[in-house]
Amino acid sequence: MSDTLTIENPDAMARQGQGIIDCDIHPSMTTPDELMPFLSQRWRTHMATYGNSLRQGLANTLSHPRMTPEVARADAWPPNGGPPGSDVQFMREQHLDAHGIRIGVLVPLRGTPGNQRNLDFGIALASAVNEWQVDKFCGPEPRLKASLVVTQEDPAAAVAEIEKRAGDARYAQILLPPRSTEPLGRRRYWPIYEAATAANLPIAMHVGGIGGHPATGAGWPSYYIEEHHSQVQTMQALLASFIFEGVFARFPTLRIAFVEGGFGWAPAFSWRMDRAWEKMRDEVPHLRRPPSEYLRENVWFTTQPMEEPFPARNLRDTLNWIGTDRLMFSTDYPHWDFDDPAHAFKIPLEDEERQAIFSGNAARFYGWA
Amino acid sequence: MARYVIARADEVAPGTAKHVSVAGREIALFNVKGDFFAIANRCPHEGADLCKGQIIGLAESDGPGHYRMTRIGEMVRCPWHGWEFDIRTGRSYCDPARTRVKSFDVSVAKGDRIEGPYQAETFKVTQEEDYVILEV
Repeated sequence: MSDTLTIENPDAMARQGQGIIDCDIHPSMTTPDELMPFLSQRWRTHMATYGNSLRQGLANTLSHPRMTPEVARADAWPPNGGPPGSDVQFMREQHLDAHGIRIGVLVPLRGTPGNQRNLDFGIALASAVNEWQVDKFCGPEPRLKASLVVTQEDPAAAVAEIEKRAGDARYAQILLPPRSTEPLGRRRYWPIYEAATAANLPIAMHVGGIGGHPATGAGWPSYYIEEHHSQVQTMQALLASFIFEGVFARFPTLRIAFVEGGFGWAPAFSWRMDRAWEKMRDEVPHLRRPPSEYLRENVWFTTQPMEEPFPARNLRDTLNWIGTDRLMFSTDYPHWDFDDPAHAFKIPLEDEERQAIFSGNAARFYGWA
Repeated sequence: MARYVIARADEVAPGTAKHVSVAGREIALFNVKGDFFAIANRCPHEGADLCKGQIIGLAESDGPGHYRMTRIGEMVRCPWHGWEFDIRTGRSYCDPARTRVKSFDVSVAKGDRIEGPYQAETFKVTQEEDYVILEV
């Protein structure tokens, strides 16, 4: 029983309430045609006529049905209509103000420009989603920062989009879909990382996306609960790809974050990578250091969905293994698996750890500190 | 144990819930097929308002391919992470030993038997109605 009770610590809660950086807030459109003003006539016509062109059937839905409408908290539907995450004022009241969020980073998932098979439509869509975010959210609510979405399958276009918006402080990071045509560490994507480091923008990968491959190496899962866990192996594959392809050896200042992919797996995965590297290092001589060292310098993880071992105190070992400087707090608002900042951690944190996880690490990741 | 009037019986329809604050406690009141039950309005996992949860049944199975829906309307599903609680007892279905919502005794009494915050002389117009009484 005691392991499920929240640690009540008013002082710590007050401190965290003064300045949380939430690394994962999902904005949505009140109506699907909300992007239209940000598209040229050519692409408005295309969207109305052809719509999405993704690498799966039923292109307007997800590969697996979610457990709740709009993947959302049942209490997050705005009273004035529209889907959860579409009403700035309601988001402000229910989330930013209620939880003391100093900065919230938007992670737009709709439209999936990076997974469009029609590259030119994807390029137009990416630009539209980028302008829509700042117009609808960041303007009215300066606490909200946008994510720069790009078409990674056309790196030149992605670089152009990054360079167009570089220096605009309303964009916190570059967002890539973890399910892409090839693992994102592949050299074809490196121009994006070069542009990212030049613009001092970190890279975030949020679970999901429609890359055309089965969600697992073993094939298509049957259930949402099964696919839900496949996100972990996708993130593991990406982590190995970034490290072993030599992305961090080539771009030592590149910062990447795995968003909503969990973090409990990372310590064991890094142990395995290190053991293998000791035996097979001559296959990847461009790695000058053990894989775990790149992880500790170039990689961050967001906390939601919080790992909840039983007994809860076992989380302490995981935090120590991964390093509390690697974790950035996130809520996933308004999605159903939202983590409340006051209740997410079921174990006590030292004051310094709490400050680091709830804001300090993110401030460094985004280049604000 | 004090008794409080928390609702008129006819204002919480079967299959719906109402949030009430009583003596410093946040309570979720449910009408399950005409019977009233009250549990704490706070999910013990991360604190979501249980009165905003979907009222559901229990999906059960004797094995793959054999499914049945039982206890329809007797469970509430947390609006956030989907924890299922038995509205009658506050017990969690997935983890009854570790996760439990406090439940409260609820009764329905005739309007003319009430002693509580509703003063007869002020609210006489409702004394013919049925009220929901909460014991805390």
